[in-house]
Amino acid sequence: MGPLADNFFNRQILVQYGPSILGGFWVTVEVALLTIVVGVATGLALAIVRAMKVRAADIAITVFVDIFRTLPQLVVIVFIYFGLPYADIQLSPFAATVVALGAVLAAFSAEIFWAAIQAVPVGQWDAARSLGLGFFRILFMVILPQAIRIAVPLLTNRAIAITKGTALGTAVALPELLGRAQSAMAIAANPSPLTLAAALYLLFFVPLVVASRWLEGLGPKRH
Amino acid sequence: MEALQLFLDNFADWDSFVRIWPLLWQGFQLTVLLSVVTLPIAIVVGLTIAVLYSFHNKVAKVVLLIWIDLFRSFPVLVLLILIFYGLPFLGLKLPSFAACVLAIVLNNSGYYGEIFRAGIESIPPGQREAARALGLHPLQIIFLVILPQAIARVAAPLASNSLELVKTTSIAALVALPELLRSARVAQEQTYNPTPLTAAAVIFFALLWPFARWVARLERDMLMRQR
Repeated sequence: MGPLADNFFNRQILVQYGPSILGGFWVTVEVALLTIVVGVATGLALAIVRAMKVRAADIAITVFVDIFRTLPQLVVIVFIYFGLPYADIQLSPFAATVVALGAVLAAFSAEIFWAAIQAVPVGQWDAARSLGLGFFRILFMVILPQAIRIAVPLLTNRAIAITKGTALGTAVALPELLGRAQSAMAIAANPSPLTLAAALYLLFFVPLVVASRWLEGLGPKRH
Repeated sequence: MEALQLFLDNFADWDSFVRIWPLLWQGFQLTVLLSVVTLPIAIVVGLTIAVLYSFHNKVAKVVLLIWIDLFRSFPVLVLLILIFYGLPFLGLKLPSFAACVLAIVLNNSGYYGEIFRAGIESIPPGQREAARALGLHPLQIIFLVILPQAIARVAAPLASNSLELVKTTSIAALVALPELLRSARVAQEQTYNPTPLTAAAVIFFALLWPFARWVARLERDMLMRQR
């Protein structure tokens, strides 16, 4: 075997460490799905609260959104995992990664949903009100269905980008795909586990990336 | 009051801050340097990909789309680990700074490539035909006629991606490059309190917040325009 095959596609090592790396893949998938659920749900909730136009809530949400949209994901993860224990808040690597990535996605999706709600023409509010609908029925039955459609392409891109941050969990010893591959590589003194991890990441993200391009094409056309 | 004092002592202790400031300042400079080196290279590579795509050669189109989607699909940290820990097995050992630049550029060449490509494709074909009818060279058409319009249309995603790129430089901490985050972690281990982490977060925030606000406004304007 040439050095390339021997180093990067070593069958014996792949067989030996495959199960552990696959286990890491499931951790990655779990963190990714939880992050999306937590992040998008929180973001939508925050945008709905903003739509109620309560001044104090508005300020609090703006501060939250600006902080988590601005800070690098890794800084948030490291702060939550290594900083918060000093305030007696000790999270597991799994929880720390989900909370950090969830907060970042929540900030971005709150901003996207809020912008989308504002992008629905005011006439829609007026028309619904003149039909005698109350605030919440207007918001949930008239405005949000249109806003969510506007938000979807931006939201998909953002969710995918932040989900890729699951690999950052390796910085706080989360036994996800990259972390497991790295320790297998260190033990075996051979980077084949890394090749396998890279292939699994592609398996997970390529369909999402291709789907997001397709979704964008369906979005509102600009003139 | 007592709780607040305890919190401040832990998370914003002035004495620790003064002690570790030189370390943080060095880290900050390295973060800025890494960003300033990486950003223009990534933009130029992405732009090149999009321009090559715009000539609509069948084979080139397929190859470039694969390049774009491949590098958009890799988490950037996976690329960095492959480059920094994997390539040495092939006898190619890059210093951590170069490895970071390469990983971030490859990853962002996909992002920028796709943004510029979408911008160029959104320009009506009539523009190209009109320019050709005026006798312009294909390169003149793309650089003088198509690109200025395309870039104006994708200003929001361009700005947003550039912000993300600068934020991404913090992954360099994981290959022991002493940029801001790494310096803060090292300092934290010296002071036994999280003040350095708070300080690093505050510095990142102060550096990036104006830019983040600007990006948010661009994105909102874009949504408003396309409704």
